[in-house]
Amino acid sequence: MSETFILIPGRTSKQGCGISEGKFEENYQKEINTLLVAPDDMERLGLSDGDKVRVTNETGQIEVAVTPAKKDELPSGMLFIAYGDLSSRLMGADTHGSGMPTSKGLDVQLEKI
Amino acid sequence: MTTQHSTSDTEHSTELKIVQDATCTFCGCVCDDIDLKVEGHTITEAKRACVLGKAWFLNHEIEEGASCQIDGQPASFDEAVQRAAEILCNARYPQVYGLSDSPCEAQRKAVAIGDWIGANVDTTTSVCHGPSGMAFQGVGEVTCTLGEVANRGDMIIFWGSNPAESHPRHFTKYSLMPKGLFVPKGRKDRTCVIVDVRKTKSAKAADIFLQIKPRKDFEALWTLRALARDLPLDAQQVERETGIPLATWQDLMQRMKAAKFGVIFFGMGVTMTRGKHANSEALLALTRDMNAHTRFVAKPNRGHGNVTGADNVVSWRTGYPFGVNLSRGYPRFNPGEYTTADTLARGEADAALIVASDPMANFSQAAREHLARIPFVALDPKDTPTTRAAAVSFKVATYGINTGGTVYRMDDVPIPLRPAFPSPHPSDYEVLNELEKRVRKIKAADYE
Repeated sequence: MSETFILIPGRTSKQGCGISEGKFEENYQKEINTLLVAPDDMERLGLSDGDKVRVTNETGQIEVAVTPAKKDELPSGMLFIAYGDLSSRLMGADTHGSGMPTSKGLDVQLEKI
Repeated sequence: MTTQHSTSDTEHSTELKIVQDATCTFCGCVCDDIDLKVEGHTITEAKRACVLGKAWFLNHEIEEGASCQIDGQPASFDEAVQRAAEILCNARYPQVYGLSDSPCEAQRKAVAIGDWIGANVDTTTSVCHGPSGMAFQGVGEVTCTLGEVANRGDMIIFWGSNPAESHPRHFTKYSLMPKGLFVPKGRKDRTCVIVDVRKTKSAKAADIFLQIKPRKDFEALWTLRALARDLPLDAQQVERETGIPLATWQDLMQRMKAAKFGVIFFGMGVTMTRGKHANSEALLALTRDMNAHTRFVAKPNRGHGNVTGADNVVSWRTGYPFGVNLSRGYPRFNPGEYTTADTLARGEADAALIVASDPMANFSQAAREHLARIPFVALDPKDTPTTRAAAVSFKVATYGINTGGTVYRMDDVPIPLRPAFPSPHPSDYEVLNELEKRVRKIKAADYE
């Protein structure tokens, strides 16, 4: 059973440090392959830290490990992931005449695997 | 130039030295007060650098492996540049892209190559503040330097921007903490407002944090525009659309009008969200409106170390900042048509020159799949998904650590680089300078 969320990909300092350390190194790979979920949503969906979920939208589909967001960082219904390969897979190619694909505020479906 | 570049060219020195006032080129803050302790080919300490700056300086040593590769195999500099020139000259619709982590002197060469081969010249600005660049042309930009913010700013608003993660010294060096000429008590003399859809790490620094509904930046900004002009608003509609009560917006507007020098720093939350340039236009128009009441400016928080330099160089060379087509022999500007995310995703570009950027990691799947199908040339100090897929790749010296040159801070202030130690790998400038010569030679033959 999937639920609709809004996904915000964004920059994190760990991801930024990871770029300097090397994109094939552990720190960068771990940061871009982790989905932050609001603690309330984690509890409601029966998710534990490290569980895998499938995230889908009209552009693509990814499977990714989840971890609870800190305190009230995310409102219920919102997800966050650091920019990287996985977030790019959910980003549409159409730039609507701007050169910029819509890269934040993506409608996605999330289901526990 | 026929020199074979490899790591064996330079003996690993153990010399110890201090480089004062080195320039960090990781982000657009371009902090130029970093003291580096350098032991041979390793930076062991980066005094005053933030977490991102430390990672930048301490992790750029001499990369192992060949400087030049053709189809994944080591090649001489001469062979690699010649192959790169042939790829670019044989293309019918080539794309030049990246440039934002490269000094201005190298950027000039990349634009010159684009001119010779009739390329689309585009930078990472197009997937960063490109929509803001479009908005600047639409409504203008009321702006200032970061020095003015430090000395005058008493109302600092961050909108869709999270400097605590992306520009960690922004608060302390420029916008919140400095004690300035007209804000002698520093932080106590300033009001900090943060508007975001998430309660980010930056929110801790705010006096007022407004968590708006996602994808409602445009509505929120127009609410403030209406209040700036004392227009009546429906309280229920405002709260329904923005997630924030009208009274809260009214209170904010009163504070903004009462400020002596207001600043709105805005980030990717504005430009990457649905609405894009319309969002940026709304923010810039609000800034302009506020000048009927007091002094107000807006600044995009720029990400890469010399992305602002790329805007400047491409503008002074072509008249436009990004998304420029040179195929007719004169520049044309059209985001959405000549921008890289589009020409790749639509399968139009048939070759590319990628400088200091990683579209194979950051672009849409359709764009990445097309890039993997066409021959392209990549320059980067590190191994990336893009360099691994390139027909010709150059492992280059790191700008600001191994090479000098000029970069532009996010407020368009040019700053010189002070390198820490030399690299056996060629610089962006060396590669692009030689590539331009080869391209010019091939293309000039067409006219003889």
